[in-house]
This record gives sequence, C-alpha cells and structure tokens, in this order.
Amino acid sequence: MKPLLEHTGYGVALRRGDVDTDQIIAAEYCKRLTKSGYADVLFAGWRKDPAFVLNRPASSDASILVAGHNFGTGSSREHAVWALRDWGFAVVIASSFGDIFRRNAFKNGLLAVELPTPVVAELADRVDGDPRAKITVDLAGLEVRSGGLRHAFAVEARARQLLLEGLDEIAVTLAQDRAITTYEKSRGDWLPSVPNTPLRPVCPSTAKRRLI
Amino acid sequence: MTIASTAAGRMATGRTLVEKVWDSHVVMRAPGEADLLYIDLHLIHEVSSPQAFDGLCLSSRTVRRPDLTLAVEDHNVPTDSLLVLDPMGKAQVETLRKNCAAHGIELFRLGDRRQGIVHVVAPEHGFIRPGMSVVCGDSHTSTHGAFGALAFGIGTTDVEHVLATQTLPLPRPHTMAVEFTGVPAADVTAKDLILALIAHVGANGAHGHVIEYRGRAIELLSMEGRMTLCNMSVEAGARAGLIAPDQVTYRYLKGRPGMPDGTTWERAVAHWETLRTDEDAVFDRVVRIDVSALTPFVTWGTNPGQAVPLASRVPTPESFADAQQQAAAHRALAYMGLASGTPMDSIEIDTVFIGSCTNGRIEDLESAAAVLRGRSVAPGVRMLVVPGSTEVRHQAEVRGLHRVFTEAGAEWRLSGCSICLGMNADRLTGPARCVSTSNRNYEGRQGLGVRTHLASPAVAAATAVTGRLTAPSCLPQRGTV
Ligand code: SF4
Repeated sequence: MKPLLEHTGYGVALRRGDVDTDQIIAAEYCKRLTKSGYADVLFAGWRKDPAFVLNRPASSDASILVAGHNFGTGSSREHAVWALRDWGFAVVIASSFGDIFRRNAFKNGLLAVELPTPVVAELADRVDGDPRAKITVDLAGLEVRSGGLRHAFAVEARARQLLLEGLDEIAVTLAQDRAITTYEKSRGDWLPSVPNTPLRPVCPSTAKRRLI
Repeated sequence: MTIASTAAGRMATGRTLVEKVWDSHVVMRAPGEADLLYIDLHLIHEVSSPQAFDGLCLSSRTVRRPDLTLAVEDHNVPTDSLLVLDPMGKAQVETLRKNCAAHGIELFRLGDRRQGIVHVVAPEHGFIRPGMSVVCGDSHTSTHGAFGALAFGIGTTDVEHVLATQTLPLPRPHTMAVEFTGVPAADVTAKDLILALIAHVGANGAHGHVIEYRGRAIELLSMEGRMTLCNMSVEAGARAGLIAPDQVTYRYLKGRPGMPDGTTWERAVAHWETLRTDEDAVFDRVVRIDVSALTPFVTWGTNPGQAVPLASRVPTPESFADAQQQAAAHRALAYMGLASGTPMDSIEIDTVFIGSCTNGRIEDLESAAAVLRGRSVAPGVRMLVVPGSTEVRHQAEVRGLHRVFTEAGAEWRLSGCSICLGMNADRLTGPARCVSTSNRNYEGRQGLGVRTHLASPAVAAATAVTGRLTAPSCLPQRGTV
C-alpha cells in the first residue's frame, strides 16, 4: 500500500445513526470474488430514492462521508469498506463506529475518524451548507481541519503507523516467525486440531438430489 | 434494571476470565503496541474468504496451519435442495472447494453429514473448547464464547492475516460484566435475556468491550442457551461475550469427536477450572439486570436494541431520551409500518422463520415443536423450520420433531443460513412481515422491504399458530384453534 499522510476533499453528510453494513452493501452483492467493483451497489436500497444524499449532483465528487453514530455496525463483511472506497470515499467521519468495520476500514486505507457528536454535527452542517467546503484529515498530525474548525482525533497507534509507512501488515507479523514458533511449542495438548477426512455423505433419506 | 458502577481503577491484582484467556494467547507484547495473539481455531466460509486466498496467492504465501483451519459451506446454500443454482453463489462455493483442496483444509461441504451453519457445526463436532481463541470472517463467531473461549468476528484482510500467520495483532479490549440477577420465569429463554440486555444498553452499548455473562440465570442455562446469548453479544456492539466453563460445559464436551480422554481430559478440566474471574478482579464496566420479572421479548424496530416485552406496546419515539434515538425510532416505525401505542401482540405476521446460528439448534427445535404439537400454522402464514446443521436435522428426525412441524403445516428444510439473510435462494420479498429467531432485524436484512421481528423459537411457534405476535402462555388450549 502507498503511504497515507493526509486526505483533503469535499464532504457529504449522511444524517443517520446505526447505519449497519447490510445497508452499506446488502448480502446479495457480497457474492463477488474480487476486492473491487462494488461502487454500483453501495447503499443500493437507499439510492433508489432520488432524494438520497449520494444522488445529489453537488455531492458526486465527495470523498469524505460525514455519518452519525455507530456507523458500520453489524456484519463483518469487508465488502462494505470496499464499496465505500470504490465509490470514491477516502474518509468516514462519525461519532462512533462498529468495531469490525473500523478495523476493516484502516486495513484498506479508508480512514474511519471518530469525533465528538457536536463536532460531527458541525461538519455535517458545514458540508450541507456548502458542498464545496474542503475538509482535511491529517493522519500524521491527527487533526481534522475545515475552514475555522480544527479538531484532534485519536487512532490506534499500530493502524496509523502501518498507513503512514504503507506497510504490509502480514510481512510485519511474519518477521516475528521465531516468536510464533516458540509459542506454538507451548500450546496445550487438549486443544483441537482439524484432521482432513473424506466426505461423509448424508443419509439417503435426507437428500437424494445431486450436489452442486 | 439498574446500571451499577463503572469502575475505571485498576488497582486489583486479580484477573477477569477475559484477561486470563487473552493473556494465555499473547505471542508478543510491547508497551503501547497491539498484542500479537495466537489463534487456536480459524473457521472459514465461502463468502468472506475468496479474496483472502487470492491475496495469499498473489504474495506467494501459504496457509501456516491448515490443521487449525476448518471450512464450512453455509451462507449460499439453499435449504430446499442441495443445488446452488445462482451462478455467483455457485462460484463462491466452488472457489472455497478449490482453495481448501489446494491448501489441505478440511471442508464440510454440501451433502456432507457434518455440513451446517459454521457456528452450529464447530461446537457440535467438538472443535470449540474452553480457553481457546477462535476467529472467523463472520461477526457471530461470538457464539463460541459460550464455552469460555475468546471468539470474535474478523474481516477478510484479517482472514488472510490469520491464514498466513495463525496470529492477529489486536489492542487489548475493555472488560464488561453483565450480571443477570434473580431466576427467570419458565417461559423466559436465553433469547429474551439477550434482547432485554441489548434493549437496555443499546445496539452499541458494549462497544469496545468483551462481555462476561455471570449470575445464577447463566448457570441455569444449557450450552445451547449460552450459545444463543453469546451469539448476540455482537448486537450489543461487543467484540465478544464469554461464559466461564462449568459442569454444564464439560458434560456437553465429553465424548464429542476428537475430545481428549483419560489423563489428557483430566488435565484439560483442571486447566478449564482456572478459567474464572478472580474475586478481586475489576471489570471496566458492570451492568446488572434483574431477570426475575422478565417476560418474553420481541423487537419492534430495525436494530436488535429496539426491543420490548411482547406484552407491551410499540413505543413512541418521544419516549426515548436523546434526539438520535428519537430520530432512529421515527425511521424504524416508518420502515416497519407500525404506529406507536399498538399492542405488540396485535401485530400480524405472514412468515415465521425458525433457524439460524442464534436459534437453529436441537433445543430450539424442541422448544418450537413443544408449542406446535397438536396445533396448526394459521391460514395464510408460511412457516420455515431450518435446522442449523445436517446433524441437528438428523437428531430432530430421530426424535420425530419433523413430523410435528410438517403436520402443523410448516416446511421442514435442509440446513443453512436460509432467510437469516437475503443471500441464497431462500428469500422473502417486501412487504412481508416475518417473525424470526435469527439475530438481525435490519432494514432489508431478509430481503428488500421485508419487516423482521426477532423472537425466541417458542414465541415464533406460538406466533405461527395465531398469525400475530404471541407468547406461548397466551395460546388457547390445544384443539380449540
Ligand atoms: S445464520 Fe445468519 S447470522 Fe448466522 S452465520 Fe448464517 S447468515 Fe450469519
């Protein structure tokens, strides 16, 4: 991944709380085998409404989603992050996030920035009033800036470092191979392992039909 | 219900159950850094894994521990036949088969006696034991906390990380005790306990925490009830939910496939007995709920926290304290097509779904069958009974439960996720109104425009009989309907 220090762009306000990942991308669109190509199905249900914020021409090039509380709650589907990113979002600002969503977001370079409710509300008012208002999210300086507004935010140190340096997290962990191997030797013998066994067919009464 | 202290101080030397299990999996710890945690079991399914295997392949990496990885086909499988007809669903299933074959990973595939929903199958086959760490690219991995295992859902990038390294770097979670005090009435199930908890703390009320469920009501629960409870921890926003292992746990485990025996079993139990929160341990947060006056719960809105006792009414948005909740309630009522003040037990439904990783186990089917025995599904109501696994289906047939369901007019299906989510061939279309034993009542979760009311299997079965939300205790005598 490319190092990511800061992002500047236009915002769009989605004034709803508890936006779950089923709304961001419905399960039926999670059948694709790729990590991209989800822009067309982002918020598919809500986009049927012409008045939905993402349908406004003035917000078509917004790259910062200003959301409500508990954004991305629910399913672990990373497709939600891929869809937001494919649409063109680089940042989501909210007063709180679903845990797994936030983790998934950082792993894909989508900044999930938590700010206090009044600050999120002020940003939402600002972008609603002027869709051309620029917002800067400074990951290196841990600060959000827009016009006269300035607010610090916090992110998990490791996630930030990986993004700032553009590191491959798996490579970072694999460098600790010795420690992992040492730990493995200390594991209890009561822990399960998964043997590879042949298919055990269901009894004929349950299913006579041909398999896929 | 009361919220007790929010202890922030960390003076005590004792550790909580969560901390004990966490600490025993730390491969590396550095100050100010995430802990590198070892993963004892990695469960995978066809939806959240293809891109992870692709990533692995692109960087020429291999699966570190195929022997600690188990794959199951569940989300895409239809439950009326064994044929995945949808080309994209079929491609996902075939990709999983190809990946498992290439990396030597055990796969419980469609048509295998051991197939089913991943969170039903893994405990059933003895793969979940106290004190383990378990992950899966699925949020309801929290189910396995019922055994005193640290189990949580992850995204696809983390799936790839676990495949390659068998570890995950994770920040230490906050701990939260949920103490259920008092003894619940006979018609109050694990599903009612968890719906009451989420209604109390809110759909994100346990954010950033791992919950330990405690109290007499928990000790009284079966393993299946404990799995129902832990399954929905994530609906309260928690990362995971755990219950300390006890005799109920050991009895469930004893004799399951691959379970140690002899002295290894004794050593294992001796270790599991240490998995208790120390007397002087301090939780970051404590919530107490008195369950003695609890009655069956159902949801009225579009998140699992929007739940009330079935004997009450649809709330008014103004009854919520903050503006955000009020706005959410207005939207939820509009989506659900409900008016404030409507008695919950007058809400008419047209579909009943019994199944899912929350309530698709044998005890859940028993409980639904006990209500349905000698009764019939109301005219115009469609009822699907979907066993959580092929094994559960088999057990139910041995006990004759399938006949109770079919004689009542319900559909007896094969096992899979079914209409828990609108992904496979089992689907509903709006504006169907469904009482569902699953875990999510989000807008469109069961199909575009579909309205979902979450409930226990007993309430769902009673609802099937009358065609409106009904507690089993409110059903007329058998033979009179
Ligand atoms: S039954 Fe529902 S919640 Fe459980 S794994 Fe399947 S889709 Fe997810």
